Amino acid sequence: MNTSALQAARLILARDLRLAVRKRGQFVQPLAFFAIITTLFPLAISPELARLREIASGVLWVAALLASLLALEFLFRDDAHDGTLEQYALSGQSLTWLVFAKTTAHWLLTGVPLALMAPLAGVSLGVPYAALPGIIVPIALGTLVLSLIGAIGAALTLGVRRSGVLLTLLTLPLALPALIFGAQATDLAIHGANFAAPLYLLSAMAVLGVTLAPLAAAAAVRISLE
Amino acid sequence: MVWTWFHRLASPPHVYALAARLTPWFGWAAAIVILAGLYGGLVLAPPDYQQGDDFRIIYVHAPSAWMSLMVYVTMASAAAVGLVWRMKVAHAVAASCATIGASFTFAALATGSLWGRKMWGTYWEWDPRLVSELVLLFLFLGYMALRSAIDDLQRADRASALLAVVGVVNVPIIHYSVVWWNSLHQAPSVMKLGKPEMPAAMLVPLLTMLAGFTVFFVYLLLVRLRGEILKRERTASWIREALAG
Repeated sequence: MNTSALQAARLILARDLRLAVRKRGQFVQPLAFFAIITTLFPLAISPELARLREIASGVLWVAALLASLLALEFLFRDDAHDGTLEQYALSGQSLTWLVFAKTTAHWLLTGVPLALMAPLAGVSLGVPYAALPGIIVPIALGTLVLSLIGAIGAALTLGVRRSGVLLTLLTLPLALPALIFGAQATDLAIHGANFAAPLYLLSAMAVLGVTLAPLAAAAAVRISLE
Repeated sequence: MVWTWFHRLASPPHVYALAARLTPWFGWAAAIVILAGLYGGLVLAPPDYQQGDDFRIIYVHAPSAWMSLMVYVTMASAAAVGLVWRMKVAHAVAASCATIGASFTFAALATGSLWGRKMWGTYWEWDPRLVSELVLLFLFLGYMALRSAIDDLQRADRASALLAVVGVVNVPIIHYSVVWWNSLHQAPSVMKLGKPEMPAAMLVPLLTMLAGFTVFFVYLLLVRLRGEILKRERTASWIREALAG
């Protein structure tokens, strides 16, 4: 075993990113989903920017969480189907690192693009330009937390029929704190206030998630492979 | 040798017999304590100077809310024991807890909502305590949904056990974020349960009800645990002997 855990993790990260570039469809789907959801709100509520601005933070956050959750179902599925995941578990490498690499890849492929796209949707909902960093940074962090928590749920629901709804039911209650503070940070930014405090709490959750969630997700993968 | 009692808890026939022996004791104790608490709470305790007799719902609401959390912690502890020591009985305990916990959570929500109708004028207010209870209900529902979605019993046990452990780590984070979320949006609500200045005539029945509900939970758990063990061990030979004897 000459490859260190970090090297193996980097290899898996590179592999997942390369796979995503080659299969662009899966990568674009959550972004299109996000765009559609954020378009529904002005149509359902009113085209008045002043009213939309009041709910913009909530709309962006709920849409981003759901879009990221939509992609989570595929986090382990293909690898579990063709046996790759089993090989990871048998490889002698730390499964925690490998799961962490896969989760990071998932975040880079859905969370970060969503965070970069959210300002576009934000401006269409009447968010002032000065508030855009208050959208990008919290959503990037929030989707990271969701990817980490969701990895546990995705691993637990491997091989379960109609796992999408179940995954939502398992993941969203646990992701509520990220939503609360993230949406608050964005809301404060939209109103021109300092949004550091909720952002710190969100960062603390991300740190906690990075530390603990891969351990639980790796254990979940092992349970599902048994 | 000290651990013998612990090892014996891993044996389904032993636990089945033990549960059968303990069930009536806990059942009667729960009935007596709860009746005493209800008498104290509904008859002896004076009406509240602001809320009148409406406050008396607290004698069901607060113990239910307390139990909902305690059942979740019990469930997660049993699940952790099952994960670590691969104890079948521990998984059976965790599985038995879920429905009981969800019921207590629902009772806490329902009574809280009824109380809210009198106090706030609406059945639902985004009060942090009620929201935490609601999230707890979702956690219980998620646990039960995951368990029922997996056909293989062993995998269902271990997967749902991991979910319970992850959930119990998250429960305090969820609770405090909901409290902070609320305090930043609106003034804290008028309800202050378990405030120390509660007079003894009101507090003693409340504590009695808490004790009664706890014993009641153990009773329910024992009954459900026996059912769960019967279901899991239905092919074992000791079942026939136990049921015949």
